[in-house]
Amino acid sequence: MIGLGHYLAVGAILFVMGVFGIFLNRKNVIIILMAIELILLAVNINLVAFSAFLGDMVGQVFAMFVLTVAAGEAAIGLAILVIYFRGRGTIAVDDINQMKG
Amino acid sequence: MHPIVKPRTELSGALKKHVIQAVAFYLFATLVIASAALTILARNPVHSVLWLILAFFNAAGLFLILGAEFIAMLLVIVYVGAVAVLFLFVVMMLDVDFAELRAGFAKYLPFGTLLAIVLLAEIILSVAAWNAGAIAPQARVAPIAADAPNIQALGSLLYTRYLYLFEGAGLVLLVAMIGAIVLTHRKRGDTRQQNVSRQNRRRPDDATRNVNQPIGQGVEL
Repeated sequence: MIGLGHYLAVGAILFVMGVFGIFLNRKNVIIILMAIELILLAVNINLVAFSAFLGDMVGQVFAMFVLTVAAGEAAIGLAILVIYFRGRGTIAVDDINQMKG
Repeated sequence: MHPIVKPRTELSGALKKHVIQAVAFYLFATLVIASAALTILARNPVHSVLWLILAFFNAAGLFLILGAEFIAMLLVIVYVGAVAVLFLFVVMMLDVDFAELRAGFAKYLPFGTLLAIVLLAEIILSVAAWNAGAIAPQARVAPIAADAPNIQALGSLLYTRYLYLFEGAGLVLLVAMIGAIVLTHRKRGDTRQQNVSRQNRRRPDDATRNVNQPIGQGVEL
């Protein structure tokens, strides 16, 4: 029988994989944005699993709000990426600290 | 014979349901983890986006098993339909040398692996130590009704108690949309655009001239 712990394990592994992805692809900001999406997906899995196993609907409402914020974050992040590429011709994020003003 | 057979078929029916549920859970869980791993490890970012789409599809399957149908459909529509296509669009639009961006990959691998293992161990230890017991029924904010469909329960909660939060979520999306447009919009010099205020400022005196032209002379332009 599948219990709450199984879903929490999937969420934990997915979360760690997202953090791992940020560390591995430190230069490629597109993959970093995708890793953030994975982290938010892990959070959503936790919220929905708790909602189902505790019999409380609010977890799913909150998962919807997390989804909304994730969609907005992806749109703004990719827009910033596009204007950064337009200005510099590269998307290597490890020299963003040279920006002044 | 009939009373004996009937409970046995019910039992095997319930057992079958559990087996199907377990098989579906392990299938979706394995696929979501495998495609998440391939998302962060793939050499080509286009493949990364495609693996991300597969991960979201399988997470939607997990949500379906949990009975959260609306969230599952939302995940497919919002992520696969919008966010993943946005990612794909940006990856294909930017002309970037992705091989150069992977330069530090091997350098960060040992430290990243160590950090991931430590983080996972911490999460597992803390979850194993956590035991809050069952939540008291009166502590539930909105108990899931047995007979109401998922979408109905979610909607009746969203449009009553969480109405302001719902509107706030809409506002977040509006701000994100306006922000993305403002950030990426650029004025192009080579196109002719309509300037409404200049059109409205223009008077007939600026554009036309009344000339009392004498007969027999040329027209001065």
